[in-house]
Amino acid sequence: MPLPAPPKPGSLRAEQIILFRIGEQILALSSSSVQEVRGADSLTGGATEIAAPGVEKVRQFVRRGPHTLFLVSGAAHFGLSAREGILAFVLRNTRTALLVDSIEKMTAMTRLQALPLSFCHEERQWYRGLTALDQTVVPVVRPEGFLSDDELMMLDAALPAPEVLGEGTEVAEATEAEEDSDLGTELNE
Amino acid sequence: MTVSSELELKSFVLLRLGERRFAVAADQTAELVAPSRVFRFPHRTAKIEGVILRRGRIVPVCDIAETLIGKYLSSRRFYLIALRRYGQKTEWVALPVTGECELIYAELTAASPSDEPHVAGWLSHAGDVIEVLNLGALTPGPEEFPSHSPTQSHLASQSPRGSEAEARP
Repeated sequence: MPLPAPPKPGSLRAEQIILFRIGEQILALSSSSVQEVRGADSLTGGATEIAAPGVEKVRQFVRRGPHTLFLVSGAAHFGLSAREGILAFVLRNTRTALLVDSIEKMTAMTRLQALPLSFCHEERQWYRGLTALDQTVVPVVRPEGFLSDDELMMLDAALPAPEVLGEGTEVAEATEAEEDSDLGTELNE
Repeated sequence: MTVSSELELKSFVLLRLGERRFAVAADQTAELVAPSRVFRFPHRTAKIEGVILRRGRIVPVCDIAETLIGKYLSSRRFYLIALRRYGQKTEWVALPVTGECELIYAELTAASPSDEPHVAGWLSHAGDVIEVLNLGALTPGPEEFPSHSPTQSHLASQSPRGSEAEARP
């Protein structure tokens, strides 16, 4: 019983994506979901250590005004054997700064296939779906999928009180970053 | 052969895994294809190796050999593209096999309660008694894992084309 053929490419709307690398693995992320791209050092310089049992992929956080941003190791999240990332994607509308190894390139996808239903574990939270680019299949990650509500609760519970952090610099940096490196906006113009 | 017994014959595809043969109902198969590149990415679902690209579709590759013959396949000659049903939805799943497949007509003997879940029934062919596979029990899917995200399934089913969606920011 043949299934209907997939629709032919027509005037489909494209979505700008960033292909990035964690170890040998290439993944994709919608550029509109990336608020900033920073060197990990520039972010971790003002970061504070955190140890939340069960959320080992997060070892640092930064405070930005009233917000707390958790630095998520992409390698640990996906279970990849890779070094700690040297770039940080600050993901829009999340509390995640994702540590990755490098940006491969920016491109556009015109079709996103839902993750096949055979995949039935955490990956359903991790990915929006799969896309085929240049005869290669690339998973497209969900920005909200790096930290679950439960994980955020555990991380919040592990946060030290704000007054003991001596914060301040990251607030200024955050304001500056908002002004000059809003990558997602730039890509979507 | 009487008319009544003739009507009970059904078509099956015989597949080979190592030294053993198994059967899948023919209406649950799409095609037999040569092995192609398997794209792997991080996930946590056992049995799923990755995906292949087939005629514009992204098809998961599910190694059923360990369940059926107790070992992984060291070599594979083809992928049998099978149709896996998930409730109202049907998706392609690529099953690695070690030999050519054969279309046969045989009478199905229903599975008994003592049979393993992956056995949908039995048939007799060329002196062999062959298991007819229940793909729903053999390949992973949300029904076996109630902890999967209902949100994701919902999102997938929202697409007007089922599993395909136009990319939108």
